[in-house]
Amino acid sequence: MLVSVYRYNPETDDAPYMQDIHIDIPGGKDIMVLDLLQLLKDKDTSLGYRRSCREGVCGSDGMNMNGKNGLACITALSQVVVDDKLVLRPLPGLPVIRDLVVDMSQFYKQYEKIKPFLINDTPAPPMERLQSPEEREELDGLYECILCACCTTACPSFWWNPDKFVGPSGLLQAYRFLADSRDTATRERLAELDDPFSVFRCHGIMNCVSVCPKGLNPTKAIGKIRNMLIQQAT
Amino acid sequence: MVTSITSFGRSGLYDWMVQRVTAVVLLAYTIFMIGYLLFNSDMDYSQWKSLFECTSMRIFTLLALLSMAAHAWIGLWSVTTDYIKPTGLRFVVQSGCGLLTFIYVVWGIQILWGV
Repeated sequence: MLVSVYRYNPETDDAPYMQDIHIDIPGGKDIMVLDLLQLLKDKDTSLGYRRSCREGVCGSDGMNMNGKNGLACITALSQVVVDDKLVLRPLPGLPVIRDLVVDMSQFYKQYEKIKPFLINDTPAPPMERLQSPEEREELDGLYECILCACCTTACPSFWWNPDKFVGPSGLLQAYRFLADSRDTATRERLAELDDPFSVFRCHGIMNCVSVCPKGLNPTKAIGKIRNMLIQQAT
Repeated sequence: MVTSITSFGRSGLYDWMVQRVTAVVLLAYTIFMIGYLLFNSDMDYSQWKSLFECTSMRIFTLLALLSMAAHAWIGLWSVTTDYIKPTGLRFVVQSGCGLLTFIYVVWGIQILWGV
């Protein structure tokens, strides 16, 4: 098969370019894209990409495969290859450090903005802050986010305003803490989001939902944040 | 919190709500006009004139005109903040959009009450 890989080494290349590599898959198996990258790296050791857990948990190997973001380690070739060709690019909208490795600073800055930790100003109980099973259920579909950035870098609103729009991943996390029965900073959190950019630059095109490797729904979470803002307004 | 001085209401929630309410007004006006034209296919100038001489129609039309101005401003503000990154150029384009919207509103009122 033919693999076209985005290559860029700022130390030696003036500009990025696509490198076409013909490769035979051993035994013709339906391997994962990450396994394919290892085969490519065996051929050309200068190829750079991030990886760690190789099972869709760490979120390191987010990349653009034939035009769609996803995790290379849990995406089989049969899911993405078209006409025996695969185009691999780094996640769009973030600066490239080298080859398929992007600088995630802007993504993490937005994550920091939403204060991704429990805030509770009431005296701590002797053991722990308890939740009912129903209250705990509210966090399902939110806490599973692994911050791989596939959703945020698939969002045009983030491409145009990465410094102002929190992005789907950050907003999913924002709602995770707004929905938490143990958090007491709801008003402060909402006040931070009520500007024309942080939440409202989302136009609901749902690219985030279509690419999330964990099957989460940031658009739904954004809708719930919007509803909370409406409910607390006069 | 991102500070914004050129958006319609300077609150994302307010702009969002105005955008939706004005969309409903514009939809109602469009449906009314299409319905009126369909049910009065043999309409002449005097009937068209008398329609807009009616106070309730003037109120409805002015409401639609103001809704269009607010709706267009919020939409164009979003588009310009997305695509025009140099602040000076964006300010000039936004000023042009605002001026044009204002002209359309005044012109529209003049036409409406000039019938």
